[in-house]
Amino acid sequence: MVESIVLSGVAIGCIYALIGVTYNVMFSASRVFSFTAGTLGMLGGVLGSLFIARAGMPVVVGFVLVLAVGALFGVVTEVVAVRPVLRSLEQHLYVLSTLALALMTQQLTAIEWGTESRPFPRLFDLARGGFDQQFWLPMAACIAVIVGLELLYRRTLVGRAFLAIAEDTYAARALGLPERRLRMASFALAGMIGALAGFAGGEMLLAFFGNAPMLTFYGFVPVALGGMGNNRGAVVAGLLLGLFQQAANFLVGGIFASVAVFAVFILVLLARPEGLAGAAVQRRV
Amino acid sequence: MEMPITKLRPDRADALGGRATRMLGAALPFLALLVVGVAFPLFGGGYWGVIATRACVYWVLVSGLNLVVGFAGQLAIGWVSLLTLGAYTTSVLAAGNVTPELPPYLALAAAAMAGAVFGLIIGLPALRLRTFYFAITTLGFATIVTQVALAWQSVTGGGVGVPGPIFPPPFDTQWGFYYFCFALAAICTWMTANIAASRFGRALTAIRDAEVAAEACGIAKPALLVTVFLFSGAVASVAGGLFASLQSYITPDAFTLDLSVLFFIAILIGGRGSILGPLLGTILLTVLPEFAAPLVAWSTFLYAVLLLVIVLAIPGGIAEILDFKNRRPLASNRAIVPRPDLLAGLFSTQSDSGADAGAEAGALRLEQLALSFGGVRAIDGLDLEIRPAQVHGLIGPNGSGKTTTLNVISGYYPPQRGAVKLNGVALPVLARHRRAHLRIARTFQTPRLVGAASVVENVMIGGTIDGAGTFVESLLSLPRHHGDEARLRDTAMLALAVVGLEGLAPVRADRLQHSELRFVEIARALMLRPAFLLLDEPAAGLSTEEIERLGALLAAIARAGTGVLVVEHHPDLIFDICHHVTVLNLGKVLAAGTPAEIRAHREVVNAYLGG
Repeated sequence: MVESIVLSGVAIGCIYALIGVTYNVMFSASRVFSFTAGTLGMLGGVLGSLFIARAGMPVVVGFVLVLAVGALFGVVTEVVAVRPVLRSLEQHLYVLSTLALALMTQQLTAIEWGTESRPFPRLFDLARGGFDQQFWLPMAACIAVIVGLELLYRRTLVGRAFLAIAEDTYAARALGLPERRLRMASFALAGMIGALAGFAGGEMLLAFFGNAPMLTFYGFVPVALGGMGNNRGAVVAGLLLGLFQQAANFLVGGIFASVAVFAVFILVLLARPEGLAGAAVQRRV
Repeated sequence: MEMPITKLRPDRADALGGRATRMLGAALPFLALLVVGVAFPLFGGGYWGVIATRACVYWVLVSGLNLVVGFAGQLAIGWVSLLTLGAYTTSVLAAGNVTPELPPYLALAAAAMAGAVFGLIIGLPALRLRTFYFAITTLGFATIVTQVALAWQSVTGGGVGVPGPIFPPPFDTQWGFYYFCFALAAICTWMTANIAASRFGRALTAIRDAEVAAEACGIAKPALLVTVFLFSGAVASVAGGLFASLQSYITPDAFTLDLSVLFFIAILIGGRGSILGPLLGTILLTVLPEFAAPLVAWSTFLYAVLLLVIVLAIPGGIAEILDFKNRRPLASNRAIVPRPDLLAGLFSTQSDSGADAGAEAGALRLEQLALSFGGVRAIDGLDLEIRPAQVHGLIGPNGSGKTTTLNVISGYYPPQRGAVKLNGVALPVLARHRRAHLRIARTFQTPRLVGAASVVENVMIGGTIDGAGTFVESLLSLPRHHGDEARLRDTAMLALAVVGLEGLAPVRADRLQHSELRFVEIARALMLRPAFLLLDEPAAGLSTEEIERLGALLAAIARAGTGVLVVEHHPDLIFDICHHVTVLNLGKVLAAGTPAEIRAHREVVNAYLGG
């Protein structure tokens, strides 16, 4: 039993961590937390099921299409909900504009795809076993994304430009970096990561429109606890969250597990609003 | 040709008549809705009665949420949790699942109390967390409450649900129940409109749009938000009880996030800081899907589209569209002509709060103040004394620590060494809103005002701590509330006359010019009848003529007994009005003395003034 708790806990934790990374990649480029992070995860599952199970596409084609739609949705988010409000003096409009976009997408999915959970296809024709693909796929996706991001940020020029934008937008612009294009690229990248999270976790979470608000919340927990923009923090906090949730699930039952996760989240945040790994930010007057 | 604004001022009698007309004009839409609501059973039948009742129930919740979202600016997107809580509490108590059966009214009252407590619990994170975090936590609450309702079968009936309460005659018929809900909705409208027009409503908008200035005016954000969350939670829970009765049977499925979205969006479509706008927004969103059956499935999608359009195109919502009087063009040849002679009258006005510590204050003294940010020494051993009835100038190049000094006095940064002492007593560290009670007022480098509020309302925010009535007295429009309002308004008009802006009193603050905003901030600070007034670059962006008038005004304020500290870059202003000048460089005092001494100081001339 311990084994299955750990397996499912780590797997689901990897999905949360990936959604957390999705938040972070968008946040680094724009200082905006977008409500669409969970929506991307939901889309990954629903579209994967649509393309592969319903339309009968080969797995690879379906996978590439899912990533492409995720990237497109990321760009749309940037153009429709982020760029127009970044210029505004009102600081918090992005909360509303991204919420509106997330709700529209979620509602559209509910109407077109249906409100019940549908199964997600098995991607590899392997027998079910202890260390099943539904567990190792999210883990593999998480490792691939983290390693990929590290390589991108540390080794490539584009990645360094991303970091420069995240560090100081004005200075980066003054250096002649194409800030707007880099921001769009970041949102496209975030879109792919979010869609990948939902795709890799499809068998666990199923293709269900209600995954959007669920992932928006549980994916934000690692960001809040791990510190904004801190991917490693998000992975550690995401894994802890997944393990804690699964353990509580087995020990005390699903409802109280949710209550417990929520209570811990609120208490930690109240004690350390900057997150467990984040540094306090001085307020400017 | 410039025209002094005071000339525009209408006669006193006209002003009074104007005020009555304005109040009638503001009340007219509400009276019209009241008439329509009372007469509704005459033309609507059957199903439309249910829709109308539902609109009333929703408004009971939205009216309270409006104070949280529209006034205080807290993005509570998951308020459906309180509707759920109220619905279940009322139903379970009335059905007698766990207790002996309670009469529905008592059950509703119990739900209100439970709602107040939970409103507080859900709201508390707002005191510490940033916007998005708070939005997410309310979303989390909404999910959790539904899950608990589903799981706690012995009490809530789980997925099977419980019957809603039935109110005794005469409220047991369709129209009887409608009138019951309508009456509650009308009472909620009246109560929240009272709050909106009180110092509490203005303080909430100040927290929303100018939090730092709100603190400087003595507004204690935690206490005020706690009160609002209690009230908002209670009415939301009452709405839940009514909702359960209207549905006649409730299951967890009834409380979807879509409902929460409806409530939240109704407020934003209506416009923040308005009562009428969100009321119309609630009616609109309740009725809209009923006009075409196919729209029902698409309703949440449409709400979301509306939200996006509102955010991107008309951030002011319905309220802004209906705000006709602020579309009239302002005179373009306005001039600010302060009337320092009126200061004596302003400073002799009395408050009832007994917080007049400033009457016989000694000096405000900075002793060996030091503060570093990382490796940068922002202030390094600063001594400075602000004496009553004197103007003290603080000058120095950019980055020399001037604004940081102000922020230490205001309590934004705790000094690492040294202390700020008033009459020899150190000021409490970080208790920023306490400064106003000690009659220490300030202005800001960039004016911090509530753009959507009128100029006179902005000035009235400065006198928030001088009210005698409580939140409940304002809620119920009791006499002390009216006394406070009349006195605050008169004082604010006087303060505006002092700075020369009374002609602009009813205008939205975000329509003013930059220089006018600076004088509005001074008027707001004067509302405290300050013992000490701290000004952060008050002359920045002013014309030469305006700077002269500002200088005369500040000199007059000092003559009236206030100790003034001016942080400035304009040497002329400083040397004209200051009794004492301190020159900072790299956080250290480069020179201190009378203007004449400073002007002759070699190092100062070399480093800063230029030879």
